[in-house]
Amino acid sequence: MALFILRRLALMVPMLLGASLVIFLVLRLGPSDPALDYLRLSRLPPTPQAVEAARELLGLDRPILVQYLDWLWSALHLDFGVSYALQRPVLPDLLHYLPATLQLAGFALLLTLAISVPLGIWAARHRDGLPDNAVRVVAFLGVSMPNFWLGFLLIFLFSVELGWLPAMGKGGLSHIVMPAIAISLMSLAINARLLRASMLEVAGQRHVTYARLRGLSDRKVERSHILRNALLPIVTATGMHVGELIGGTLIIESIFGWPGVGRYAVSAVFNRDYPVVQCFTLLMVAIFVLCNLVVDIAYAYADPRIRLSGEGTR
Amino acid sequence: MSDLAIHTGDAPASARGSRFGLTGRIALGLVLAIVLVAIFGPFLVPYEPNAVDLSARLQSPSAAHLLGTDHLGRDVLARLVAGAGVSLGSVAIALSLILVLGITIGGIAGVAGGRTDQVLMRFTDVFLTFPTLVLSLFLVAMLGTGLVNVVIAIALSHWAWYARIVRGIVLSLKHRDFILASRLAGVGRLRIFAVHLLPATLSQLVVLASLDIGHIMLHVSGLSFLGLGVVPPTAEWGVMLNDARQFIWTEPFLMIWPGLALFVTVMAFNLLGDAVRDRLDPHLRMEHAH
Repeated sequence: MALFILRRLALMVPMLLGASLVIFLVLRLGPSDPALDYLRLSRLPPTPQAVEAARELLGLDRPILVQYLDWLWSALHLDFGVSYALQRPVLPDLLHYLPATLQLAGFALLLTLAISVPLGIWAARHRDGLPDNAVRVVAFLGVSMPNFWLGFLLIFLFSVELGWLPAMGKGGLSHIVMPAIAISLMSLAINARLLRASMLEVAGQRHVTYARLRGLSDRKVERSHILRNALLPIVTATGMHVGELIGGTLIIESIFGWPGVGRYAVSAVFNRDYPVVQCFTLLMVAIFVLCNLVVDIAYAYADPRIRLSGEGTR
Repeated sequence: MSDLAIHTGDAPASARGSRFGLTGRIALGLVLAIVLVAIFGPFLVPYEPNAVDLSARLQSPSAAHLLGTDHLGRDVLARLVAGAGVSLGSVAIALSLILVLGITIGGIAGVAGGRTDQVLMRFTDVFLTFPTLVLSLFLVAMLGTGLVNVVIAIALSHWAWYARIVRGIVLSLKHRDFILASRLAGVGRLRIFAVHLLPATLSQLVVLASLDIGHIMLHVSGLSFLGLGVVPPTAEWGVMLNDARQFIWTEPFLMIWPGLALFVTVMAFNLLGDAVRDRLDPHLRMEHAH
């Protein structure tokens, strides 16, 4: 198992390097000139001399590979440069906003699992019955619901009409519930249906029939023979959902005035504040890749076939 | 959606015809209705979507304005109808770009094999290490804001799964006897790809694409909602929702309509996607278990 984790960790390095190279090249080879953006955001007039000076200051006059290695070297020392618009170091600012985003996305993930697993089990137990159809309808509405609209509907219902929950800001549980529901509904809906299908599939397999023939109780068969195997696809799907949850968080933060990285990043995207965009994108990729690593390890832990064969899951 | 099993044969006869049942037909009807509204709606609504009338601000629904007016006195119905065209148009363009990119890159990787395949697939994998919305945000930062750039950014952040599927199918078929026979007969690689390999990928691509349409539509609106896509005053559902947010305490209906329009449209396409999947590829059905 230790070997498996080490191998997985080592695989992260080329993935992050590849992502950093793409991020760097796309921004540098893209249609706009960072020197001009730098001058615009510093409110300096773009005279030819000023452009020349900015180019030199930002190191844009050097070969592109040298620029990349230089950036990578600084990044390894946790120096991601200075924001053009704010003239402040990028990383400390991002790390200041990041915990709030992780908190919200993490809570949304928790909610996804805590609701979808019981729903999926419930639907599978009562296949084609009322619970199954109810879950089917909820899941179907869930996958079509725009998360930002759901956010507004929740605010309208629970803040405007009923006055139960605060519409804005960060605080206790009452602040996090609505944004987390808005973010997680889609993954929750997908998960519940996936678990239902996966349970019904496993329930039809021979080892389950054998367990029943051995006279085990329904409950024991469900817990130790069906659920354990049926949860495997959910583990894989969770890795995918993390990406959607991160994306959802960035949008939902702006509705609920949640003080995360979303607004900082969106205004950087709007302004083409390259150092911020680069650092933000790489940070999000790192978090995503790390989450998928955890998922892979969880999968290998749950399914010995994976770690013994040493092959990837995905 | 992404863990699609590679399945290349035709659907068994039993799955044909019967499967495009009632829900499929309802979904098709809904989608057609939305398309018709997007095309002909603007001629039927007697207001310009961007015509500002400050004397008629924030009106409730009435005979003159069926869904009322917004904070600038613009007719909400006219803006909704105009928004349908923007949403459908941008999804159509994004999807075409995705298919072209996916088929080209996946096809080249699969047909060429060897080192070309390795390089192209590593390149594709890099795109899959980004959460899609983060990748779109990043590309918008590079290209600049605006609807066209958002559509390009979304296409560039979604093609990778398509390329993988095309490559997978091509690899599974290219050593079959009929392909070898064509090659021995002197048929060129491009022609073999176009005549024998591409058609085999189509059913899976159609399934994936029809399930992805709703997702892409939500993505476009989400970016517009953040102020990165469609530029006001152009009517688009995400922009309308963003306009409506300041009136949620006083005029909640302003945020109901554009959200509902987006929700119903995405739902119609999702229903259609499910029906198409059931019909073309019964092996992928989640209901398959028994």
